[in-house]
Amino acid sequence: MLIIGERINGLFNDVADAIKKKDKKVIQDLALKQLKAGAQMLDVNTGPSTMNPQETMVWLVESVREVTDAALVIDSPKVTVLEAGIAAAKDKTVINSTTAQQDKLDKIVPLAVKYNSLLIGLTMNEKGIPSDMATKSELALVIIAACMEKGLPQDNLLLDPLILPVNVTQAQVKETLEAIKMIKTLSTPAPQVILGLSNVSQGTKNRSLINAVYLAMAMACGLDGAILDPMDKEVMNIMYTAEILLNKTIYCDSYLRA
Amino acid sequence: MELVKEKWVSKVNILSIGATGEEGGTRKTKVQVGGEDTLPFLHFEGKMPHRPVIACEVLDMVPENWPQAVAKPYSDVYRDPAKWAKKCETQGADLICLTFTGAHPDNNNSSAADCAKVVRNILAATTVPLIVIGCGNDDKDNEIIPAISEAAKGENVLLGKATQDNYKTIVACASADGHAVIAESPIDINIAKQVNVLISDLSFALDRIVIDPTTGGLGYGLEYCYSIMERARIGALGADKMLAMPFIVFPGQEAWRSKEARITKEEMPQWGDEEKRGIVWELTTALSLLLAGADILVMRHAQAIANLKKVINALMNEEGKKC
Repeated sequence: MLIIGERINGLFNDVADAIKKKDKKVIQDLALKQLKAGAQMLDVNTGPSTMNPQETMVWLVESVREVTDAALVIDSPKVTVLEAGIAAAKDKTVINSTTAQQDKLDKIVPLAVKYNSLLIGLTMNEKGIPSDMATKSELALVIIAACMEKGLPQDNLLLDPLILPVNVTQAQVKETLEAIKMIKTLSTPAPQVILGLSNVSQGTKNRSLINAVYLAMAMACGLDGAILDPMDKEVMNIMYTAEILLNKTIYCDSYLRA
Repeated sequence: MELVKEKWVSKVNILSIGATGEEGGTRKTKVQVGGEDTLPFLHFEGKMPHRPVIACEVLDMVPENWPQAVAKPYSDVYRDPAKWAKKCETQGADLICLTFTGAHPDNNNSSAADCAKVVRNILAATTVPLIVIGCGNDDKDNEIIPAISEAAKGENVLLGKATQDNYKTIVACASADGHAVIAESPIDINIAKQVNVLISDLSFALDRIVIDPTTGGLGYGLEYCYSIMERARIGALGADKMLAMPFIVFPGQEAWRSKEARITKEEMPQWGDEEKRGIVWELTTALSLLLAGADILVMRHAQAIANLKKVINALMNEEGKKC
């Protein structure tokens, strides 16, 4: 499983505070702690509060780059912020994200090609986030086709069928599982599918439990990776267990210590 | 038609054995193994930066259990482990593998001090890196390994063998004296992984461990061993860091234990000359393990060693890499 650490995000108070005070140490600590907890990549998101997201993104990326050369997932809805982040990170980057909207695809896919970056494609468009499996899959196909046409290798594309909070729209939670299965059949070799996991439990009382159970269910449907909090031990232990039960890694008695 | 290539995400750890003068040891050469980022010899798909190496086995006693066909060629030296080791070196061994069979309570039950002396004598007589393995009796090993390890301090030897039930002493010694460790498991991939987890719990670096998967000889479950090694290696290439170690295997021991290698021409005339037969048995066992991913092969007969070396060279030279 590809684990992308979600914690460097201005939505979290400690990060927002560090951004305000320009306190590099907090950001670097979060980066190292997430990597130690099992993250392979780190998401970097300025959050909504900053006045100058472009400058903040560059500062975040440079701070993280001082302590690790792990891949960085540059997370912003704005193309200018994305490009500034990728340029600052230099090597090993992931663009988070494009949607299936034509004008976004036209700008962001070439950006991924130019910087040899991976790209996360969200199955949504100008009409919003669909809640049924068929529309999610259809939009995934739009993104796959655009990448093919613009020369982004399929290995560099990660599709995210967008999970919404279970307490907001309960029926789409299962539809998203179906969408994972369906998207995996759209091409050979199968596209890679990831989820921004924590969204499923947004606003609920048992966040960790809901995240963990949903992660296991999604992995059984073929999920390849997730953006999550790797410092949540419950989620990570269930992820390791699911990997063993799905015969992805080899069992040993103390696999949780491995 | 385009070749279908597998894209692996990880590779086998690189391990260095032996320390030269500059590194605080006395070896003239050192050996590096591992680093593969594809299955064995698939040069079109990935890299195999270090060739598999051959260690020649030396005992701390007269090899009473070895059949004449493999013991006799060493009869001029086998009373003196240092001379025996020197002969192995001149025979082209990349490393010497010293096994303390003689220290076993059922054999000579040699003292820790005697064992340490044997190690020092061999280090003085040879210039290649050393593998040192205990007698296989847990209690006795815990008594002799600290002395052996200390005697080879700074030489970066490969010390064996840590098992699921007995690993603390040997890992502590290797840690203290700067050696690498062999982790043994009984043809069981889950236990192989388990031993590595246990060893790393003692803060021992994962890239200082070699896996001994335990194998059989040709005709004695070799296919199963092959599958276990292949599965472990696929795990390593798929980023399972608890399996990303180089392999050590013992085709010499395994082959010369089989009846096919031991029975003499007199007992079984239709099987022909036993020395020739034994060599072929050892070589065939070694070749199978080589293709399963072996990085260090511990051998016995000079002829089998010479032929194995030829094959490795052919598979690793520029011509071989083009295939």
